[in-house]
Amino acid sequence: MLIDHPLLGTRDAAEFIYLGDVSLIDRPDWQAKDAMQQFHDYGYLRDNPAGAHQELWYHEQGDRSWLVVTRDTLTHEISKVELARDVARARGRDK
Amino acid sequence: MTQVNRIEGGYVDRRYQCTFHFNGKPMVGHKGDTLASALLANGQTLVGRSFKYHRPRGIFTAGSEEPNALVELREGAHQEPNTRATMVELFDGLKAKSQNHRGSLEHDLLAVNDLLSPFLSAGFYYKTFMWPKAFWEKLYEPVIRAAAGLGRLSMKEDPDSYDKGFLHCDLLVIGSGPAGLISALTAARAGARVILADEDFRFGGRLNSETYALGGMACGSWAEQAVSELNSMDNVRLMSRTTIYGAYDHGIYGALERKTDHLASAEGRPRQVLWRIYSRRAILAAGSTERPIAFPDNDRPGVMLSGAVRSYVNRFGVTPGQKISIFTNNDDGWRTASDLVAKGIDVNAIIDSRDIATVTQLDGVRVHMNTHVVGTIGRKALGAIKLSDGAIYPTNCLAVSGGWNPNVHLTCHQRGRPQWRDDLCAFVPGGELPVGMAVAGSANGSMTLAAAMAEAQEKTLAQLEALGISSKIEEVPQAEDEPRECAAFWHVKNDKKRAWVDLQNDVTVKDIKLANTEGFRSVELLKRYTTLGMATDQGKTSNIAGLAILAEESGKTIPEVGTTIFRPPYTPVPIGALAGRSRGKDFRPYRLTPSHRWASENGASFVNVGNWLRAEWYTKPGEKGWRDSVDREAKMTRESVGICDVTTLGKIDIQGRDAGEFLNRVYSNTFATLPVGKVRYGLMLREDGICYDDGTTARLDENHYVMTTTTANAVLVFRRLEFARQCLWPNLDVHLISTTDGWAQFAVAGPNSRALLRKVVDEKHDISNEAFPFMGCGRITVCGGTPARLFRISFSGELAYEIAVPARYGNSMMAVLNEAGAEFGAIPYGTEALGVMRIEKGHFTGNELTGQTTAHNVGLGKMVSQKKECIGNVLSQRPEMIREDAERLMGFRPVNRSEKLIAGSHFITKGDPTDMDHDQGWMTSVAHSPNLGHSIGLGFIKRGHERMGEVVRAVSPVHGKEMDVEIVSAHFLDPEGERLRG
Repeated sequence: MLIDHPLLGTRDAAEFIYLGDVSLIDRPDWQAKDAMQQFHDYGYLRDNPAGAHQELWYHEQGDRSWLVVTRDTLTHEISKVELARDVARARGRDK
Repeated sequence: MTQVNRIEGGYVDRRYQCTFHFNGKPMVGHKGDTLASALLANGQTLVGRSFKYHRPRGIFTAGSEEPNALVELREGAHQEPNTRATMVELFDGLKAKSQNHRGSLEHDLLAVNDLLSPFLSAGFYYKTFMWPKAFWEKLYEPVIRAAAGLGRLSMKEDPDSYDKGFLHCDLLVIGSGPAGLISALTAARAGARVILADEDFRFGGRLNSETYALGGMACGSWAEQAVSELNSMDNVRLMSRTTIYGAYDHGIYGALERKTDHLASAEGRPRQVLWRIYSRRAILAAGSTERPIAFPDNDRPGVMLSGAVRSYVNRFGVTPGQKISIFTNNDDGWRTASDLVAKGIDVNAIIDSRDIATVTQLDGVRVHMNTHVVGTIGRKALGAIKLSDGAIYPTNCLAVSGGWNPNVHLTCHQRGRPQWRDDLCAFVPGGELPVGMAVAGSANGSMTLAAAMAEAQEKTLAQLEALGISSKIEEVPQAEDEPRECAAFWHVKNDKKRAWVDLQNDVTVKDIKLANTEGFRSVELLKRYTTLGMATDQGKTSNIAGLAILAEESGKTIPEVGTTIFRPPYTPVPIGALAGRSRGKDFRPYRLTPSHRWASENGASFVNVGNWLRAEWYTKPGEKGWRDSVDREAKMTRESVGICDVTTLGKIDIQGRDAGEFLNRVYSNTFATLPVGKVRYGLMLREDGICYDDGTTARLDENHYVMTTTTANAVLVFRRLEFARQCLWPNLDVHLISTTDGWAQFAVAGPNSRALLRKVVDEKHDISNEAFPFMGCGRITVCGGTPARLFRISFSGELAYEIAVPARYGNSMMAVLNEAGAEFGAIPYGTEALGVMRIEKGHFTGNELTGQTTAHNVGLGKMVSQKKECIGNVLSQRPEMIREDAERLMGFRPVNRSEKLIAGSHFITKGDPTDMDHDQGWMTSVAHSPNLGHSIGLGFIKRGHERMGEVVRAVSPVHGKEMDVEIVSAHFLDPEGERLRG
């Protein structure tokens, strides 16, 4: 597969390490009342869609960017690649 | 033997004579021959024995689809089994042997299997070797294994080298027949970067084997002209002897280029290159493959595909027989007759299954319409054929044509599903093709020359347009729309005699009928039950006929029965090519530590640790075994001073205004309060609360920290930290860089370590206990100005330091430290002594951190802060993970001190039975402690902290041993830690 790195252009997927669903960005608030349940769900529950899937890839043999890749799990078509840092900020991750 | 069957014409170079040996018999051929054409030229029609029945077999095709003519090529370690004689390019000195016979090829002892054929039908093994069960392993399997298989491996290491490479292009054209050539020309003339790949050593595909007129000249000449034009263009890469074996995601193709297989010796060059081709677009012009018709005893040497007969006659200047007959269900078969007649070869008869008018009139050729071949005579060579109308023709070659199948293979490598076309009686590409691929020519069902070329040009122009490359439309060379009518006729009905569908696996019409009767009616089940379409040819000539017969038997249409789809590779790819350079020591490369040279000059033995090679011990003269060395190193370190290269531990440089806060969140214990100039031990958890890694982190400046990780987890921890930094807390001001390779680091441990370092560290730095206390750190200089970092940390439990210098000084530093330490009796120590000393001190490592270990298990439960945000602290508090009766890390010593503990032993309370219900825990690490003089161990045992002094049984059923052990503190030496603070 080829991944269109937002900074470096098209790179072979072999340069990347796959992690998993983008929801791993949404780490729960450790002080929430139901933090234990939330962390359980965060750690163990994932959707496994047949179709578009947002997933985290790490450019380990490259610039060490974490990317959010939107990939169709049926066709492997990649429709969007973003820097995970930008996605994290957009999802409200702050300090 | 002379070339009895060599005739005029073709593309062999008669100026070059190649002498070769088949089964030890010398023969001659020419440059441009394949082994198959040269064997035929020499009249060698018997070339092998069949897989199951050991029937005599001959050359059946002229291409990569060959099911029969598999040979062992070359000798000694270079011997390669199952090479297709039809693809082997002849060279001077070639040596080949036939396969799959016991005794000689002519008198195969296993031919007895053919007489047993009534018993050896489909599913024979499944049905027969079921009982008694015990016979399978000892008797049945060894006998079957010895009899099965085709060629033999040399069992020697492959002496050839293989390489890998990467190529990029605008348009990849797969196949260089008429469609491929016109496609490559169109794209190349428009300026696109083109790769044209063909599995053959000669470009042109079927154009080399046919006698059509094309562009006003012989089609072979047109191909030569096209190739020479492509050759002259800088934007074209011509790759002959290159099989595109797989279509992968996003326009990536796998290609195997055979670089030196056509030479007597590779002369040190890579034999084959595995290419990864990145194409923006691709044209699949893989052509089509002819299929046979099944009829009784249709497997004799001399029965050959009709198009292959044309190849041998037209391309190679060889006639496969002196008296040739033709059996066909389509117009193309007639072309073979006319080509043969034109060459002056004796054609007996054309037998056409169709009830139609004669296609052409040929002088001296008898025509039998609406007639079948119902039998053959001859065993090691075809002698005569019998027809359904009673006629018998003596003939030594029967050309068979059952129509042509488009080569749809690569279209199926992702989501493509072939579609049936009734008018062609064949599957054509269907469903979703691989991204960027278009199919043209007979691969797409455009079966005539004119149609194939017109389609290829049209599809190529569309591809170029999609790429934004403008091109002008040129006229496609004038070509024929030759007659290609074909009837759906698959096999001659006969209930008594066997008619072969799959020659390679000896699958007959009867086997397919039997499979249907027994309920294996899905095409996937049929394949697995009968082995139809398996092995090296993957059923290129047999799949469709098998499917058609199954359809007929089950009363369905072919599309209703379905089709098997294809996976890569298109043709076999040697494991050596897939491995490339990653063999032997390069299979898993390792890194050398900075002091490697010094260590190897000073008696070190080395061991692979993670991806490093580390010194495991240093042998001194007179030491009889590793234990002598390790005991001495561990003892001397505790008595005086030892030096160990610890560069392999991961080092991560962490800087930024929020670096302290970042550390607070990735470590389970507090780091925000660490003062400048101090080091702290840190424990990392996974998000699920399990221990992940540990190490020390030093604060060099206000906003500058240096973290160490374990050797094994260096890469993983760094990856996680980047994840935390970019994905979890993107607004923290923190930056990371791995400096593992940048700094050479040495542990200097033992009571004399300070005295030793005093001689190396420049005078202006005070390293006294007061100025540089335990867990202190700082930047210093050594040896008169060389920059260094000093950390007062201890893994051995002794007064100890770790000193780091830029990696390029590492080897010298090791020498300097050892020289400076000579007056104290300093010794270098390796990983084994390191391990002994850490067990003596109760430090846990990978043996203990198994991925199931909690901080609570190792006695560090209180270290996990609940007062701050950090990875893992929430889930670490799950009730099961902090159970009161959980296993705790403890020390163990044998009650009988002379006994040796066994790692992996399980603990059983005295008086309890030895079973899993009474399992109390297990021993994780053991060592002989030279300082205590007996075996010691670490392990996990339930409620261990409350059971000090208790004697339990340590049982190792694997070793058949057990012994009584006492539970003690994991800190065998200096439990108060006075030494390291001294």
